Amino acid sequence: MNGDVKIRTLFFASYKELLGTGELQVDLPEGSAVSDLVLALRSRGGAFTVLPAAPAVAVNLTYRDPTSLLSDGDEVALIPPVAGG
Amino acid sequence: MTFSAIVQKPIDPAHVLTLIGADQDGASLLFLGVVRDHNDGRSVGGMRYDTYEEMAVQVLSEIVDEAARTAGTDRIAAVHRVGELCVGEVSVAIAVSSPHRAEAYEASRYIIEEIKKRLPVWKKERYSDGAEEWVGGRTPDAAPAPQADGS
Repeated sequence: MNGDVKIRTLFFASYKELLGTGELQVDLPEGSAVSDLVLALRSRGGAFTVLPAAPAVAVNLTYRDPTSLLSDGDEVALIPPVAGG
Repeated sequence: MTFSAIVQKPIDPAHVLTLIGADQDGASLLFLGVVRDHNDGRSVGGMRYDTYEEMAVQVLSEIVDEAARTAGTDRIAAVHRVGELCVGEVSVAIAVSSPHRAEAYEASRYIIEEIKKRLPVWKKERYSDGAEEWVGGRTPDAAPAPQADGS
């Protein structure tokens, strides 16, 4: 089926521990937004359901809101609350 | 020239100070963030800092550039360390020099506050009783820069 976008999805810190992985490829229909990716992850069940419904997200190293559209090959990171310093 | 870096090795504050300073500057300011031995009433033995390094490098550079524009000095160096740190070790160093002290304090304060708001770095505390816990942090805004568009 054409029109799919492949998203390289990254998890860090508490999310990485929760899911037991730091990286996952997710295929979504063309026209999908950040919120669709989060929905697709949460619907995998198990530990994925513990992810927040609207986590902070970076697309290609920049924070983006849930309505941002995704393109094939995007790198999307789910960002737990940050605690630098 | 501004300088920023995410590093694994111990931070040498004296070296960070050599990255700033100019003949026109009458103020040099150094801020150090240090791992302390307690948090929320629990005894802390150390800290592990995790990061999304590729993004952290970019975000720290943006924060420093914003501070330079706002405060009007480009003699700024900011270094954040990641990995395993012990109590007393420096996790972040911010050095600023400017003609007068006000700009240096302004830039230094801006940088540490923005680091806490949006640098993709996480820390896990190791307590003296052997337990470990991620430190609760802040959720970054989708439009974190001062020129936020309100979205």
